[in-house]
Amino acid sequence: MPLLNVNNLRVDLPVEAGMLHAVRGIDFHVERGEMLCLVGESGCGKSMTSLALMGLLPRKARLSADRLEFDGTDLTTLSERRRSDLRGARMAMIFQEPMTALNPAYTLGNQLCEGLIRHRGVSRREARERAIYLLGRVGISAAKDRLDQYPHQLSGGLRQRVMIAMALMCEPDLIIADEPTTALDVTIQAQILRLLRELQREFGTAVIFITHDLGVVARIADRVAVMYAGEVIESAPTPALYAAPGHPYTRGLLSCIPTPGRTPPGSRLQAIPGVVPSLVGDVEGCAFRNRCPQAQPTCERTPPLMSLPGDHRARCHYADRPVPAPRQPETMS
Amino acid sequence: MTTSHVSPRASSAASSAVFGGEIPLPAPAWSRVTRRVFGHRGLAIGLVLVALAVLIAIFAPLLAPHDPYHQDIANRMVPPVWHDKGSWTHVLGTDKLGRDTLSRLLFGTRISLTIGLVVALISGVIGTTLGVLAGYFGGRVDAVVSYIITTRLAMPVVLVALALASLTGGSLTTVIVLLGLLLWDRFAVVSRSVTQQMRDAEYVYAARTLGCSLPYILLREVLPNIAGSLIVVMTLEMAHAILLEATLSFLGMGVQPPLPSWGLMVAEGKAYMFFQPWVIAIPGIALFVLVLAINLLGDGLRDLNAPGGRN
Amino acid sequence: MGTFIIRRVLVAISVALTISIVSFMLLHLSGDLATSIAGPEATAEQVERIRVDYGLDRPIVSQYLDWLGGALTFDFGRSYYYQSTVVDLIVDRMPITLTLGGLALALAVAISIPLGVLAALKRDTWIDRLSLLFAVVGQAMPSFWFGLTLIVIFAVTLQWLPAAGSDGWQHFVLPAIALGYYATPAMMRLTRTGMLEVLESDYIRTARAKGLRGGSVIFKHALRNAVIPVVALAAVELGFMLGGSVVIESVFSLNGLGQLAWDAISRNDYPVVQAVVLIIALFYIVLTLLADVANAALDPRIRTR
Repeated sequence: MPLLNVNNLRVDLPVEAGMLHAVRGIDFHVERGEMLCLVGESGCGKSMTSLALMGLLPRKARLSADRLEFDGTDLTTLSERRRSDLRGARMAMIFQEPMTALNPAYTLGNQLCEGLIRHRGVSRREARERAIYLLGRVGISAAKDRLDQYPHQLSGGLRQRVMIAMALMCEPDLIIADEPTTALDVTIQAQILRLLRELQREFGTAVIFITHDLGVVARIADRVAVMYAGEVIESAPTPALYAAPGHPYTRGLLSCIPTPGRTPPGSRLQAIPGVVPSLVGDVEGCAFRNRCPQAQPTCERTPPLMSLPGDHRARCHYADRPVPAPRQPETMS
Repeated sequence: MTTSHVSPRASSAASSAVFGGEIPLPAPAWSRVTRRVFGHRGLAIGLVLVALAVLIAIFAPLLAPHDPYHQDIANRMVPPVWHDKGSWTHVLGTDKLGRDTLSRLLFGTRISLTIGLVVALISGVIGTTLGVLAGYFGGRVDAVVSYIITTRLAMPVVLVALALASLTGGSLTTVIVLLGLLLWDRFAVVSRSVTQQMRDAEYVYAARTLGCSLPYILLREVLPNIAGSLIVVMTLEMAHAILLEATLSFLGMGVQPPLPSWGLMVAEGKAYMFFQPWVIAIPGIALFVLVLAINLLGDGLRDLNAPGGRN
Repeated sequence: MGTFIIRRVLVAISVALTISIVSFMLLHLSGDLATSIAGPEATAEQVERIRVDYGLDRPIVSQYLDWLGGALTFDFGRSYYYQSTVVDLIVDRMPITLTLGGLALALAVAISIPLGVLAALKRDTWIDRLSLLFAVVGQAMPSFWFGLTLIVIFAVTLQWLPAAGSDGWQHFVLPAIALGYYATPAMMRLTRTGMLEVLESDYIRTARAKGLRGGSVIFKHALRNAVIPVVALAAVELGFMLGGSVVIESVFSLNGLGQLAWDAISRNDYPVVQAVVLIIALFYIVLTLLADVANAALDPRIRTR
C-alpha cells in the first residue's frame, strides 16, 4: 500500500470572476521512502495540491476527492483536530520563502522545539537536544548557540536549513517541500538539494518535492509528475520521463533546459509560446492545445490518461502513437 | 504558432521565462468603480448624509420654520412634537430662551460645516506644504519638519486651544484660525510619507532630468498624485475640527452665544438635562450623525483609494 | 539598542524644551496678559501696576528664562488666584487625572484588543461588522456628550453610579468609560488590521504546518506580533487622554489637572495654565519614549541590532 494515495483530487477557489478550479481532478501516489517531484509553472495548481495534502488550504477553498489517503487514513473525513495531530508529526512541510516562514518574535530553539513538545510531549530539554542534533545534521555549525538566535540573524540558506531540521523534528513519514530552493542563490540551491536528498535516504522519509525547474528534478527525483493547468499531464519514473517524454508539454519543458555539452554555446533556448488558459470555469478538451506545436482537431476532446510502458502515463491523445501530420512550427528570430 | 527565443541563461531562469502565464484578472473599468462606490454601504450612507448636510446648510433660511435667534419667553422649554406636551409649531421644541430648536439646529449645520471645511483647508495647506517639502528634499529639511511634527503632537490640543481661545476672546473666526493652526499634523505625516515614496518614481525623475523647475515638479507631478490620500485626511480632519469646535464651545471658550453652535446648545441645555433630556440629546445626535457621516465618507474613500478592501 | 535609547532621550528633551518655549510664547503673544488679568473694569493705572507686579514689563526672553529656570526645579511660581504654589496645586490634582487616565486606558485595552482579535478571526461575519460599528460610533461620539448621556442614563435614571465627585472608585467608572471609549476605536482597528496581516503571513502557515493547535497559533504566534504596534499606540492614546481629560473632568466635576487648567484659563491664572500644559506635554513625551523603548524590547529585530 502506498504511503499517500490521491485520486481525483479537486480544489476550487471562489474568485471575483467566478469559480477558479485550481486543481482539476489529479491522481498520484507516493511510496514510502521515495521522492516524487511535482513539476509545473506558477499557477498550475502544484502549491494548492501541497496545501490540500497538509490541510492548510485557504479558508474559502473547497476540496473534494474520490480518495485522499495517508497511510490508510482517509484525510477527507478527518476532523481538524485529528488532522493537526498528523501535521508536523507524520507529515511535515518546507516552504518556499525561508525569509518569512519563521516567526520573527521567537528564537529558533523555541520554534524548532514546539512541534516535538506538542506531538510527543517531551520535555523542553529533550526537545532541545534533538534540535541541536538535527541542526548539526543539516550542516549548521555551533548548533547550540543558534538555538537562542532569532531568525533575522540568519541568512536565507541557513534559515532553509533550519526549516528542514524543523520538518524532521518528529521523524515524519512524508515531507512536502514547496519550491524550497527557489528563493535561494544558485550555489546554496545545490547544497540544499543535496542535503534534502541525503537526509531523505538516511531517514527513509518520503518527499514530495515541488518545483518549476525540470533541471532540479533530474538530480533528485525517483518519479516525476508534471502538472499543467490544474492537471497531472504526465507521470513517470525519472529516467523514463527524460528518455521518452510522452506529452508535448513535457517535451517543451525539456527543450528549455540547456544541457552542458549538447546545447551549443550561443544558441537560443526554446520557449513555449502562448499562455496558460484561465482556470476560471470549465476547460474543454486538452488544456495545452492552444500552445501545442502538434495540436489536432482531436484535441478538442478531453484526452484520456494513456498508459505507456513502465509505469509511465501521459494525458495526450498521441502519447502512444505518432501525430498524423506534424505541422511545421513557424520560426521567428 | 510561433516560437520565440530566449537568450541562454541558467536553466531555472530559462524555465521561469517560459512560465509567464498568470491567471488573468478582469481589467478595472468604470463600471467596477461605480459598483464599488455603491456596493460600499458605508461610503454610500456617508455620501448621502454629507450631501444632505450641505444642502441644509445652504438652504437653512428656507428650511427653518422660525428665526433661530428669536426669543419667545412665553414659550420656553417646549418639548418636541413626540412628547405629550409637544406641538407642531416647534417640532423639536424650544430652549430656555424660547428659541426654536429645529431652526437653531438647521443654522448650526452652517457653523459646523464652515468650521470643518475652513479648518481642513488651512491645516491642509500648512501640513501639506511641510510634508511635501520634507518628503521631497529629505535630509535636513526632513529632519526639521519631523521635529516640528513631533513637537506639535506633544502639545495637548484641547488645552492649548482652550487657553488661546480664552485669551483672544473666543469667536467663530478665532476658533477657525486656532484649529487651523493646530490640526495640520496628520496632513504633514501623510503627505510626507507619500511624497517620499514618490520622490524616486520614474515620472518625477523624468521631470527632473528634463530640467523642470522645482515648484513645477511639486505642483504638477507630486501634488496630483498625493491628492487621493489628502482628500481622505481632509475628511478625517473635518470631522476632528467639528468635534473640537463643539468641545471648545461646550466648555465656553469657543463660539459664543447667541450663535447656534451645536456644542453650545448642549452646554446651554446641560442644566435642564435631568428633566428634559432632549435638550442635550437633539444637538448631540446632530453632531454625532454629521461626524459619523464624514468619517464614513473618509473611510469609504480610503478603501477606494487602496484596493484590497477595508483593512 | 543603547545608542537608540540615548538618541531618543535627547530628542525627547529637546522637544520638551521647544514645547516650553512655544507654550510660553503663545500665551504671551496672543494677548496682553496684564489687561486680561486686571479684567475689563480696570483702569490703565491698575493694569500698569499688575504689569510691574507680575514682572510682565520685562523683556519676554528674560521672563521665559526665569520661568524655565524655575520649571527645571519644579518651581512654577505662585498661582494668581489660589493662595498656593503652582506645584502644590498640580501635585494635589494629579492623582485624580492619572487615576482617570489609567482606568480609561485599562478599559480601552481590555475592550479593544480582544475585540480586534475576534473581529480579525471572524472576518466578514456579524461579529466583525458589529465591532466595526462599535469603532465607527466611538470615533464620531463627542466625548462631552457621551459623558452627559452616561450621567443621564446611569446616574439619574438608573441611579447605579454617582454623577459627580471623586470620593470612591464608583466615581471613576462613568468618566473612565467616557474617556476610554475615545481611545478604543483606533486601538481596535489597529489590532484587527495587525491580526489580519499576521494571520496571512508565512510563519503562521509554518506554525499550522507544525500541527500546533488553534489557540497556540493565535495567541503565541499571531497575537505577539500583531500587538507590538498596539502597545505603542496605547501609550500615545494615554497621552492624548491626559490632555483631553479637561473635557471629561468638567462633565463629571472631577477635580483633576484638567479641571484645574480649565479654572485657571477662565480666571486668567497663567502660571497654572503654563505649568499644566507643560506637564501634560511632558507626560506625552515620556509616554511616547516608553512606547518606542517597549517596541524595541518586544521586537527582537530591533532589540538585537
